Amino acid sequence: MDKTNESEKIEFDLILQAIYQKYGYDFRDYAKASIRRRLRYRLTQSNLKTISEMQHKLLNDKEFFDSLLLDLTINVTEMFRDPSFFKTIREVVIPEFKKQPFIKVWHAGCSSGEEIYSTAILLKENGMYESSLIYATDTNEVVLDKAKSGIFPIEKMKDFTVNYRKAGGLASFADYYTAKYDSAIMDNSLKKNIVFSNHNLVTDGVFGEMDMIMCRNVLIYFNRELQDRVFRLFMDSLRPGGFLCLGSKETIRFSSYSDNFENVAEKEKIYRRVGVPLKNLKI
Amino acid sequence: MNNTEITQKSDNNYITKNHKYKVIIIGASTGGLKAIQPILSALPAEFALSVIVVMHRHKDTDSYLERSLDDSSKMHVKQADEKEEIKAGVVYVAPPNYHLLIEDDGTFSMSVEGEVNYARPSIDVVFESAAEVYGEGLVGVILTGANKDGSLGLKKIKEAGGLAIVQTPETSEAADMPRAAMAVARPDYVLPIEKIGPLLRKLESEG
Repeated sequence: MDKTNESEKIEFDLILQAIYQKYGYDFRDYAKASIRRRLRYRLTQSNLKTISEMQHKLLNDKEFFDSLLLDLTINVTEMFRDPSFFKTIREVVIPEFKKQPFIKVWHAGCSSGEEIYSTAILLKENGMYESSLIYATDTNEVVLDKAKSGIFPIEKMKDFTVNYRKAGGLASFADYYTAKYDSAIMDNSLKKNIVFSNHNLVTDGVFGEMDMIMCRNVLIYFNRELQDRVFRLFMDSLRPGGFLCLGSKETIRFSSYSDNFENVAEKEKIYRRVGVPLKNLKI
Repeated sequence: MNNTEITQKSDNNYITKNHKYKVIIIGASTGGLKAIQPILSALPAEFALSVIVVMHRHKDTDSYLERSLDDSSKMHVKQADEKEEIKAGVVYVAPPNYHLLIEDDGTFSMSVEGEVNYARPSIDVVFESAAEVYGEGLVGVILTGANKDGSLGLKKIKEAGGLAIVQTPETSEAADMPRAAMAVARPDYVLPIEKIGPLLRKLESEG
């Protein structure tokens, strides 16, 4: 590894340290390759020449930091992303929920909200929305506001409709939104049981007694230690028997808490928190 | 091609540290499967380098690509997993609908950030992040494709001291990607498919 490369890596680490100390957002335990890529992207987009110039700018210019924050938190998602996953939720998880009087779902790292509305639609179509509460959290206020508004670009609706059908949707997807100019506005009846709030998986604590946690394509950005801490947080936030849903390339298999979860659908990365494990019982 | 050197290898030699090159990344798009298969079939089961295949494909695709490559390869072929350690003698295939990146500790990481060059996985993204980690130990290969993905990444590989190989445009099912790579990256080799596999074998024995 040559020296310039090494110095650059140190400078990137210093930027993450600066962001944490100044603004409280902790990216220090994120997987480095992707973070560096995004910092470099912001560097080429701005008029700054060096990484240390960028550090000075972000410490003294809140607006610049806000735009950098949007770069650092990936916010690309779609409704019914991985249709086979949502099909499995519909066919395997929802029937379990039907045995319960009330359902609590947590979308951790909900971004601009596409997956929240997907879940809301699934619950509604199974007559369970009225007895459900969906917690939608993200660390980024800008995307959280987007999620809250429930307004999406109309041109995306074509793809979302295809996903919806592949995920086993039988209704007319267009009934769930109103088209207005270039926007699709999600139906208010889907929003009323969603609670939006700011929550940071790296620095904030437990959400109690969830029946299902969806956190898809968030953990891929974390290093192994941070992943483990978040798995612990999820374990403590789920009731025994509650479901944990990860992205298609994420797994709990290699974490310290794998024994506390069982596979529901390995390929779709749906797990279930087992009851009190035998080894933890005091006899 | 001098194969004797390779067949005489003892188990002790099967350690990547002794080799100048450590990782080969093959980027392909339109017509890619047919181009990659003969390259992989030219490599032995105990190939001392790691091979990473990045091919543009539909986001909801099944494991057809992995199975097809496994059928034509003596090396073990698998889809790359998040945080997986990159090992010698294995062909890793980039999963659909994710960008693939390499961490400093030689493990894979992934990202769902937007498409780059209309592609996810994008060859540029893998090349760039791998060039940073492996420097002169990296070999980048650009094969057939109908876009420009990979050309900037191949340039990064060259700048970091690595080796660049491009399929002869005239022999490519789609010539755009090799042409773009040649224009931007000044590759070390421009070869038809049947000569790329043997070249990779030769690179294996370079210390």
